[in-house]
This record gives sequence, C-alpha cells and structure tokens, in this order.
Amino acid sequence: MASRMRIRAQLKDDYCEVKALMRHPMETGMRKDQSGAAIPANFIEDVQVLHNDAVVVQAYWGAAVSANPFLGVRFRGGAQGDVVKVVWRDNHGDSGSGETTIR
Amino acid sequence: MNNGFISGIFAVFIGLWSATLLSDTEGVFDQYRDLLGDDNPAIFVIFDGEEIWYTPAGPKSVSLEQCDLGLGPGVVEGAYAQLPRYFADVDRVQDVEARLEYCMTQLQGLTPDEVHEKPYSLRGDLGTELEALVAWIADQSSGLAIAPGQAHAKERATYALGENLFYYRAGPHDFSCATCHEQTGRRIRLQALPNLTTHQGAAEAYSSWPAYRISQGIVRTMGWRMRDCMRQQRMPELMMGSQASVALQTYLAVNGAGASMTAPGLKR
Amino acid sequence: MQLLAFIIFSSSLCADEPYDALLDSMTDKNFVTVERLKQDELQEFCSQPRTASVDEARAAELRAAALSDVPIPSGENYLGDWQLGEKVASNGRGLQYSDDPEQENGGNCYACHQLDPSEVAYGNLGPSLSGYGARGQSIVMLQYTWTKLWNTHAYNICSHMPRFGAAGILTEQQLRDVMAFLFDPNSPVNRSQP
Repeated sequence: MASRMRIRAQLKDDYCEVKALMRHPMETGMRKDQSGAAIPANFIEDVQVLHNDAVVVQAYWGAAVSANPFLGVRFRGGAQGDVVKVVWRDNHGDSGSGETTIR
Repeated sequence: MNNGFISGIFAVFIGLWSATLLSDTEGVFDQYRDLLGDDNPAIFVIFDGEEIWYTPAGPKSVSLEQCDLGLGPGVVEGAYAQLPRYFADVDRVQDVEARLEYCMTQLQGLTPDEVHEKPYSLRGDLGTELEALVAWIADQSSGLAIAPGQAHAKERATYALGENLFYYRAGPHDFSCATCHEQTGRRIRLQALPNLTTHQGAAEAYSSWPAYRISQGIVRTMGWRMRDCMRQQRMPELMMGSQASVALQTYLAVNGAGASMTAPGLKR
Repeated sequence: MQLLAFIIFSSSLCADEPYDALLDSMTDKNFVTVERLKQDELQEFCSQPRTASVDEARAAELRAAALSDVPIPSGENYLGDWQLGEKVASNGRGLQYSDDPEQENGGNCYACHQLDPSEVAYGNLGPSLSGYGARGQSIVMLQYTWTKLWNTHAYNICSHMPRFGAAGILTEQQLRDVMAFLFDPNSPVNRSQP
C-alpha cells in the first residue's frame, strides 16, 4: 500500500518544526463531475500531532482545506530521536498516519 | 500533558484565497512553494506511476518493464529528457505519451481505442494511470539537460512542423499559440505567459511539465497542457501522442534544450 | 514503381503541412469540429511571426476587404447598456468545446486589456482601455471603435485581437453594450482611479 504521508521533524533553534504532506482528495461535496453528478464530500476532519505519544497539536479541519494538505507546526520540548506522529481522520471514518524521528 | 509548547502553527494551508491585490497571482503560489520547501504533492503520484510501470496489465498480462523509451528496453532514467525522438520501430518521432501508447498496445495488448479512451483526468477524477506514469518517468530525468533528438531528418522535420503549427491561426478567434506565447512579459488576466519562441521561455515551460496542478489536486502532463491550450483556442480536441502534439512539444523542447529538467513542477 | 515512390514521397511531404497534420491529430468534440482547422485568407496571411516582413500590397487588400464588410449598427445606434457591456467584458466563455452552446458568448476583454481601473485582474496583451471615454463620442470615434471591435484587421492587419463582429463571436447588441462600457461617462472604465 503506497504511503499517504510524507513527514519530517527537525530541530531548529529552540523549537521542533514538523512538516507533513498528506494525500487526501479533500472533496468539499459541492463539486459536480463531468456528467453533472455531485461528487460526495470526503475531507479530513481531525488531525493530531503527537510527540512521544502526547498530543501537542489538535486541529479540526473541514472542506475549506485544499487537496493533499500540507501541515506545518512548531512546538517546544522535543529532542533529537523523539518520535513525532501525525494522525488524521476523515468524515468517512478513514484514517491515515505518518511517523518520524526528530533530527 | 507533556512540556511541549506550541509556539504557533506557522502554516496551515487553506483552500480559501483572500482577495488580495496582487500584480501576479503567482504570489500566493510562490508562498505555498516556499512553505512546502522541496516537498511536492506530486510525490504520491510518482509512487503510483512507478507501481503501475511494474504491474502486469492488459490482455497479455505483461508489465511495461520492457518498454523502450529511447535508451533501451526498461531504461527509464534519463529517457524523458531525450524525448521527443525518432523511433525506428514505428518510423516516426514520438513523445512520452505516444511511446507509452506503443508499449501498451505492443507489450500489453491494449487497443489504441482503449489507450485513447481517457488518458487525462476529468473534473472530479483523482488522476489517471497515464498521468502517474508520466510523472514518474519525468522525475527519472530530474536535473538532466533537456536534449530532444535532432540528428534524424524526421526529428528536424518535426521541429519545423511544430514551428509552423505554433504560428497557425485558425478557429473563430483566429488564435495561434503565438497569440499568447510570442512575446515576453505578457499575461492573460493574471496568468503570466512564457515567450515560447525564446530559449528562456521554452526552457521554463518545458522543464516544469508534467506538473502538480494545485487548483486541480492532480498531476497534468505536457500533452494535456497542449490539449487544453487548444480547447481555449476554440479548436477541437488534440489527441494524445498525435503528430501535432509531438511536433509542438518538439518545438518547445528544442527551443529549451540545455536547460535542466525540474519536473514534476508545482503550478497553480 | 517510380510513380508510386513519388506519390508516397510527396504525400509524406503534404503530411507535414500544418493543416494536414492537424486533421490527423484532432477529433471533433461536442459542437466543435475539425472544420475550424480550415484557414480563411486572413488567417493564412497572418500565420507568421510578428517580426516577419509582410507583403504590403496584400496587407492593403485584406485591410480594405475587412473595412468594407463592417456593417453600421441598426438605427446608427452605437451605444447600448454599459452594465451589460461590463458582463460581456468579464465573461471568458463561448465557443470552446467545454462551453454550453446555448449560453451567450463573452468577449473576454479583461484577458488582454485593462478596463475598469479598480479591476486588477487584467491582461496586458493589448493596450489599456481605461479612460477610453475621454476620446469623446464624435461619429468618427464611434465608428472607429465599432470597426475595431467588429474586425480589427480593418486598421491593424494581423492583430491578435479576435474579429468579434465579423466572426460572429458577439452579437450586434453585445457589441453596442461593450461600446457603452467603453464610452459612457458613468461606466467604471471612465471613473477616475481609486
């Protein structure tokens, strides 16, 4: 199964910068396809960034976020080698995640 | 709760553009590119393309592994940068799409109709196999110099045809490619138009397609770009891998020869 | 045998002609057919780089032909409703195979021209038309502008501006409305810069 997320976490000055690119159509539910049929809504509702299993960022998204969303966050308290994880859940109940260690 | 402290979410990229006064829409897309750094959502499509290449398909249940893109069967690295080029087995000049059509029909047993049925995504689609294949094949030439074949007489004739087609005015609006792409520093509305008759403009254009189209969330090929230009020129539909499509791409590739491939690009 | 070789050779040459190559490369789509690929005299004459030298005698003939075909609007009424004209100027649809043939065509003026100075999304393939109304509404100016819109080649041979009247892109009423958008003192085109 091909990866659905590219994730990196890097220490910079006094914070850790996390960049995560997620694969998701983020369909608003308002578009119609070529035949005129409505394309059902399909978007990420919930995103969490975890540092060593503790939630450091909790985000609530919706149809306004564009396809294949990119998330960038900074947090303090991370150290090299710590595990950073990004988890998402969409309006269909599907979920995806990615994991990396802080460099 | 640990000691982590959020200093700020510095970028959540939202699909709602604020109405800002910009001299060029590229401003917001440049911001997006800066935020992403060297990331590009095309990476997901590249993974798909590679998988498709190695997956058996068609009535003959064969993969594309033996497909010759110009550097020998199965050699993908560097192949895109040397297209379009003359292929002796078909006695014509082909671009990547025409060549993939040849491999899909010869190796996999698909019919030309099946290949031509839906090469490019329509509204609502999440990408076609052709788009994924071209994304991966082009990525395998990233950083290499654009070097389309021009040693063979047919390659040179194809360039000449491409140049003639570039200036060919037709349709109710009398548009040619030149209408929009013959001058430097021009734009339609807020979309900058490269001057494709110059090395710099052609290099800029040819090196960055195929590209992830942010507004569509999918990868689009140069063949699609040509088709969509023609649509906007009020022309009928340009077929993938056709003589005119190959000739126009040859015109761009030769004009831009020497510049480095950067595809897949990241465009509005 | 040699005749056959000659036929094959010359047909392969013909296949390199742009028109033949396009016929071979394009298919009809919705209401847009390959008929559009056929060039008229003007298109054929103008299918060259803008830097190329032009046959002046032929250019003069084509300019005269373009000018003589420009009709005077009915009732000699050149000006319509600028609010409708603004819509025509902003509408970029019409005659593409993705368009609905039942909908009216737009002029897409903003693709190439600046018009209302407060509208920033304008192209620069053509000159700015902001403040166009300052030229006044003499019959000479009205007719000049009408002719430009109907068939610009009457004055500017091989211009890249479409023949909005002569090619049937816009109706006479739409052209009157665009004229009003350009000339009417109340039109946003003629209001001063914000």
